[in-house]
Amino acid sequence: MTNWIEIGTLNDIPVLGSRVVRTASGDIAVFRTADDEVFALDDRCPHKGGPLSQGIVHNKRVTCPLHNFVIELRSGTAVAPDEGCTRAHPTKVENDIVWLCVQAAVAAPAE
Amino acid sequence: MLEKINKQKLVVIGNGMAGIRTVEVLLDRAPDLYDITVFGSEPYGNYNRILLSPVLAGEKTVNDIMLNTEQWYEDNGITLRKGEMIEMIDRRTCEVVTVEGARVPYDRLLIATGSNPIMLPLPGKDLPGVIGFRDIQDVERMVQASTSYKNAVVIGGGLLGLEAANGLMKRGMNVTVVHLLDTLMERQLDQVAGGLLRKSLEERGMVFKMPAQTQAILGEDRVTGVRFADGEELPADLVVMAVGIRPNFELARKAGLYCERGIVVSDTMQTYDGRIYAVGECVQHRRQTYGLVAPLFDQAKVCANHLAMKGFATYDGSVVSTKLKVTGIDLFSAGDFAPGADKEEIVMQDASRGVYKRIILRDKKIIGAVLYGDTIDGPWYFQHLRDGTDVSQMRERLVFGAANLGDGGHSGKNSVAAMSDDAEICGCNGVCKGTIVKAISEKKLFTIDDVRAHTKASSSCGSCTGLVEQVLAFTLGGDYSAAPKVKPMCACTDHSHDDARRVIIENGLKTIPDVMKFMDWKTPNGCHSCRPALNYYLLATWPGEYRDDQQSRYINERVHANIQKDGTYSVVPRMWGGVTTPDELRAIADVADKFKIPTVKVTGGQRIDLLGVKKEDLPAVWADLNDAGMVSGHAYAKGLRTVKTCVGSEWCRFGTQDSTGLGIKLEKFMWGSWTPAKVKLAVSGCPRNCAEATCKDVGVVCVDSGFEIHFAGAAGLHIKGTEFLGKVATEEETLEVIVALTQLYREQGWYLERMYKWCDRVGLDAIRKQVVDDVANRKALFSRFAYSQQFSQSDPWAARAKRGVDRNEFTPLAELELA
Ligand code: SRM
Ligand SMILES: Cc1cc2nc3c(=O)[nH]c(=O)nc-3n(C[C@H](O)[C@H](O)[C@H](O)COP(=O)(O)OP(=O)(O)OC[C@H]3O[C@@H](n4cnc5c(N)ncnc54)[C@H](O)[C@@H]3O)c2cc1C
Ligand code: SF4
Ligand code: FES
Repeated sequence: MTNWIEIGTLNDIPVLGSRVVRTASGDIAVFRTADDEVFALDDRCPHKGGPLSQGIVHNKRVTCPLHNFVIELRSGTAVAPDEGCTRAHPTKVENDIVWLCVQAAVAAPAE
Repeated sequence: MLEKINKQKLVVIGNGMAGIRTVEVLLDRAPDLYDITVFGSEPYGNYNRILLSPVLAGEKTVNDIMLNTEQWYEDNGITLRKGEMIEMIDRRTCEVVTVEGARVPYDRLLIATGSNPIMLPLPGKDLPGVIGFRDIQDVERMVQASTSYKNAVVIGGGLLGLEAANGLMKRGMNVTVVHLLDTLMERQLDQVAGGLLRKSLEERGMVFKMPAQTQAILGEDRVTGVRFADGEELPADLVVMAVGIRPNFELARKAGLYCERGIVVSDTMQTYDGRIYAVGECVQHRRQTYGLVAPLFDQAKVCANHLAMKGFATYDGSVVSTKLKVTGIDLFSAGDFAPGADKEEIVMQDASRGVYKRIILRDKKIIGAVLYGDTIDGPWYFQHLRDGTDVSQMRERLVFGAANLGDGGHSGKNSVAAMSDDAEICGCNGVCKGTIVKAISEKKLFTIDDVRAHTKASSSCGSCTGLVEQVLAFTLGGDYSAAPKVKPMCACTDHSHDDARRVIIENGLKTIPDVMKFMDWKTPNGCHSCRPALNYYLLATWPGEYRDDQQSRYINERVHANIQKDGTYSVVPRMWGGVTTPDELRAIADVADKFKIPTVKVTGGQRIDLLGVKKEDLPAVWADLNDAGMVSGHAYAKGLRTVKTCVGSEWCRFGTQDSTGLGIKLEKFMWGSWTPAKVKLAVSGCPRNCAEATCKDVGVVCVDSGFEIHFAGAAGLHIKGTEFLGKVATEEETLEVIVALTQLYREQGWYLERMYKWCDRVGLDAIRKQVVDDVANRKALFSRFAYSQQFSQSDPWAARAKRGVDRNEFTPLAELELA
């Protein structure tokens, strides 16, 4: 079931940066890449729960600020040799409006 | 693009180690730029010439040493014309001509023809059974001879001669090594080490005749013996001449290219004809020719970059080190070890263990090393040699190696553990420990072969295999996760920190994307490691001009607080010189109450830390602290942190100067500045040193007659007492020297390189000259620092608390009411 929610405009998110969307079931980090792609992950590093939204974004990855796990923005998986996965949420950008489709259950790769 | 449709033609003469390494790097840099044709006079793909010695000794087969199979050439679209020899280069028509007369045109030509063994012009030198030691064919002939003949004579007691002799001995021959001088490997070894080497080779059954001069080679249809100048004759069925090599540049000379002892090339590996490049043993660069692979690979890299049209890289020459590839013999030599008046030596000899070490120093730097019997520290000395490290501090214990240097709380590990991440393990391929460790952990490698495949370490001469194995053992064994400080800035680039700093200045680059584009970064926008570094370099180079890139800052510097394990932050206001007031303390107490801050702690840096602040509360917390006159303590910054002081002459019965006042002055002048890594200061009022000034980045110890300035100390991961920089009479001079010192560090330090490491790297004397002795330079440094302070001395907290800077950073994008 898809339930798209408008969360803001593209310009609200810094290029190579991230913003947080608060939800009752925890924060979601929304990232913007250099080529204006937008990705959303649970704001919890699979390592020790570090806030990924506070990391440095590079290419289509983010580095966790606590111990430098590198996480793929598209899938939420940690880049080898580190292991783990955080939940990814589908996003889309239409006319500079950013939409998010919050996944309730298990990890699912974003489009 | 046009050139992609209509590719340029690159012709390579010489299918050897330097030529093909150049092609490999070129394919990596610009896979589609050229149509490549390689001519090689040998009937094989490219093989590892270094490993001919183990092949001869029967420890490896020819198949084992192939580097690039014919399939490789095919897969990469390269035309390999093996077994074809080039006879002429026609520069007028831009063609090469083979012995058979075929003509092949080029747009760019690469000459990599290597060298030929020198064959002494002795009577009988052309007899069957007299050979050099250069290629697979020579090895096959030697192996052949060993099956039907008994006696071999090797002329030449250098590296090649001894490896040939060892191989033939292993093949069951009686081998005599004839050497002109009385020391073996005299170009690499001193007399003592040469003697030890001779002794252990003799124990294995090798016979030496030295000093001895060969006069003639005897025989009718085949060699039967050798006669010496002293009249003695030795029977011989095989004579190997290993007296040296001569760069093979006939072809180039005939084509009118300027040659001396080799083909003369520029720093971009071009000959006098700009379309023609040359690399390898056939070239002469800055009057130097080379006969070892490591420098050739350096040349190959530069040449490939230039061919790929990405070239600002230049070749500046190489320092080389040597190991003898005779299994069971540990021998290492590097640099210059001829005795001389301006040189100092440290020698250690342990006859019972068969260990000999000689380290040669000049100007407090290692310039040469000879190790015999225990070579584990070879790469460590070699690294200091190449870095030009000032080793005066460790002089007493230098000869005992890396493991014996104090390293707060980290001793007791073996040598490999003690090596820094940029210590070179594999000299042939320039692979550092950090790279190997990273590959092992990132790629989950478990065997030496895996490491070879992924890093190329130990894939050339193999003499570092033992070390690589140690790295493997120690990486898999322990949970070691220090940030690697490899020579390239990170995996995103091959360039070093120094390269980046230089290129930024020379080319006036002013943004991170510009630097990455210019330097040909491999990733689209770097990573968490290179971006903060580049951001710092740009900031330090262009004060007032460069716009700080927030997204290239580590979170702490981006939000001006320290992130904690639970995602909350800690807030440390500045407490100038460690002095506070009841009002400040009251304000801190009020803030802690108002925002329900769980922990208030006195730090190790004489100030107060408020821990557990929620991110969205940060601006409000700062606003209250600002109202009480407090500003950011930069406890998160690669910048000026604390200035610890003691009470000094204001109160203390021993105080000689106003240490508290001076500390405050320093902190007020220097706060807000960005530096390569954090900078901590301290000022003590007398030599009792209650402010612990002698383990800080910069420390002042006040004495009755003035101020002693110390620097380059640390008390964290490493415990290191400071170096004495100089003594001055007034507070003004103290400030000037410290500021100039910090500015020099800002201009030269690599990102995350603490001041003590920078000092190790560039040398205490060089620093002292620039900030103490040369007063004009000191003042210039001081004013550059002062200039840049105009742009950095505004409180980042106030900007965010009062002026709404980065408001987005502290508020959520959206709040969703979801089930
Ligand atoms: C708060 C404090 C501990 C305390 O409760 O006392 C502290 C806390 C941290 N130290 Fe420290 N250090 C503190 C004084 C020290 C001292 C003592 C001193 O400054 O006199 C040292 C040894 C002196 C030195 O630096 O040489 C010290 C050596 C380190 C090191 C090792 C640095 C090194 O190059 O060897 C690190 C790691 C690093 O910087 O990479 C570190 C890193 C850290 C970090 C930033 C760890 C981190 O990355 O999160 C901690 C931040 C906690 C926070 O959020 O505030 N801290 N740290 C001290 C803050 C001082 C201040 O007022 O600013
Ligand atoms: C037995 C042995 C042991 C060694 N051990 C070590 C060691 O331990 N460490 C170390 O660093 N170095 C060692 N070396 C040296 C190292 O092998 C050389 O420095 C390196 O191979 C030189 O590379 P190059 O490309 O310049 O020349 P080469 O590898 O010799 O390649 C030149 C190629 O050009 C071809 N060629 C020449 N003229 C023509 C022509 N006109 N037309 C077509 N093709 C042509 C040749 O056939 C040859 O294949 C050793 C060398 C030998 C022989
Ligand atoms: S010593 Fe420093 S880095 Fe380690 S836990 Fe304590 S505060 Fe953190
Ligand atoms: S919590 Fe993210 S790396 Fe440890």
